[in-house]
Amino acid sequence: MTTLSIDHVSRWFGNVVAVNDITMTIGPGVTGLLGPNGAGKSTLINMMGGFLAPSTGTVTLDGQPVWRNEAIYRRIGIVPEREAMYDFLTGREFVVANAELHGLGASAAQKALATVEMEYAQDRRISTYSKGMRQRVKMASALVHEPSLLLLDEPFNGMDPRQRMQLMDLLRKMGDEGRTVLFSSHILEEVEQLARHIEVVVAGRHAASGDFRRIRRLMTDRPHRYLVRSSDDRALAAALIADPSTSGIEVDHSEGALRIQAVDFGRFTALLPKVARDHGIRLLTVSPSDESLESVFSYLVAA
Amino acid sequence: MYDPTVARLTYRALLGRRRALILGALPLLLIVLAVAVRALTGADDQTAADVLGGFAIATMVPIIGVIAGTGAIGPEIDDGSVVYLLSKPLKRPTIIFTKLIVAIAVTMVFSALPTLIAGLILNGNGQQIAVAYTVAALVSSIAYSALFLLLGTVSRHAVVFGLVYALVWEALFGSLVPGARTLSVQQWSLAVAHKVAGGDLVTSTVGLPTATVLLVAVTVLATWYAGQKLRALKLAGEE
Repeated sequence: MTTLSIDHVSRWFGNVVAVNDITMTIGPGVTGLLGPNGAGKSTLINMMGGFLAPSTGTVTLDGQPVWRNEAIYRRIGIVPEREAMYDFLTGREFVVANAELHGLGASAAQKALATVEMEYAQDRRISTYSKGMRQRVKMASALVHEPSLLLLDEPFNGMDPRQRMQLMDLLRKMGDEGRTVLFSSHILEEVEQLARHIEVVVAGRHAASGDFRRIRRLMTDRPHRYLVRSSDDRALAAALIADPSTSGIEVDHSEGALRIQAVDFGRFTALLPKVARDHGIRLLTVSPSDESLESVFSYLVAA
Repeated sequence: MYDPTVARLTYRALLGRRRALILGALPLLLIVLAVAVRALTGADDQTAADVLGGFAIATMVPIIGVIAGTGAIGPEIDDGSVVYLLSKPLKRPTIIFTKLIVAIAVTMVFSALPTLIAGLILNGNGQQIAVAYTVAALVSSIAYSALFLLLGTVSRHAVVFGLVYALVWEALFGSLVPGARTLSVQQWSLAVAHKVAGGDLVTSTVGLPTATVLLVAVTVLATWYAGQKLRALKLAGEE
């Protein structure tokens, strides 16, 4: 059982604070590190992998420091986000080299290639691989020594749905085997499908931690904002505000629309078309104005 | 201290098609030059010394040292693929030492060997000139490789800095400013060559004891420091 502990870790680059006083513990099973682009996920993963020293705080694996400790890599497998990976080698040569660097032989490499189902293309040069194939070979190179901690930085980027599903199955299996698997992503649905436990990072800060469903509820329970255009905005506003599912309505003259804040998502979405029909009002536009992930995250930070 | 897998990866990266062409161009030019000079002027000791000293040792060896030394590690650090070496239970100085051995071997093959062949073409090793300059090329290959490997580890602009050192410092300042000659790998290697050849055809501004101490010191210190820098190498993320 491997536990990765991040204890009051901050990291700044010049005047920019990339990671701000984060404390978290990553245990066995699959954990998703969720956050919008530029939130500090890669910086955090680089510190977890021992490629970046924290400005303050410590990162330890079962009590051992990760930074400047080469021996720790016997237990860590890393799938970096960056593409570069000795493109002049074939997939097999690349994974064999990774096995040898761990003091292992070609059979370990072959087993890892079989695990990621890349045997069929193992003798092709990496430069000819698709993004998904590269990702799988990177994965094989990280699995070759059967690490107890697997760190993956945006592993699903650029993968097609089938490849994505395969990799998810593989990671799920690793988690079920008792390995500690941490992957980062900026896509909510990706994390939802794979990880029960998530850590949310926004603007370098630790925004939420715990069971996905609990956090998802936090996200869906927040007030929802809609932009609505209709044949009679004021009549619609008057009818909607009478219902407790709305908490505020603003007539936006410049947009020629209503800005509605709903507190009960389910009830409001059923109410709106009903009210419009009852009052003979035509709905021209109904669009959620804060559904982007960033606004979900900023809501979480404020929560 | 030496890891065969790191060495294999480094050789394959260094001798990839494009880089091998660049590495092969200058030696080829030297040999063509030697053939042309021999055909035009016949075997002449002074001419042989001028060609080998002026082109092979002053220009070709440092440039090949820059390509092999910085190329042994710089591109991997630049594109981030070095992460596959760093994420292994492998001592960082072992990575540096292995890459140094590879850089030295490549520099020697692409500079000392052509120097010997050119020397033999020019005057058939009369007065030990071919052998003396070959020894200079071998000795300077070691120091250049260590120096430029360090440069490749610490700077993203290693090739530019390397070429500035090789061409501006060694070639230009070396001929204009007397003090610069003392701090020149080229002059140190020529001091060793002078010992081999004897006579006045191969000369150096530095004495042999000083040259030996400086060659060893630069090689050892540069390698040690590159190992330290790699231990503390930070791989910045995409953000």
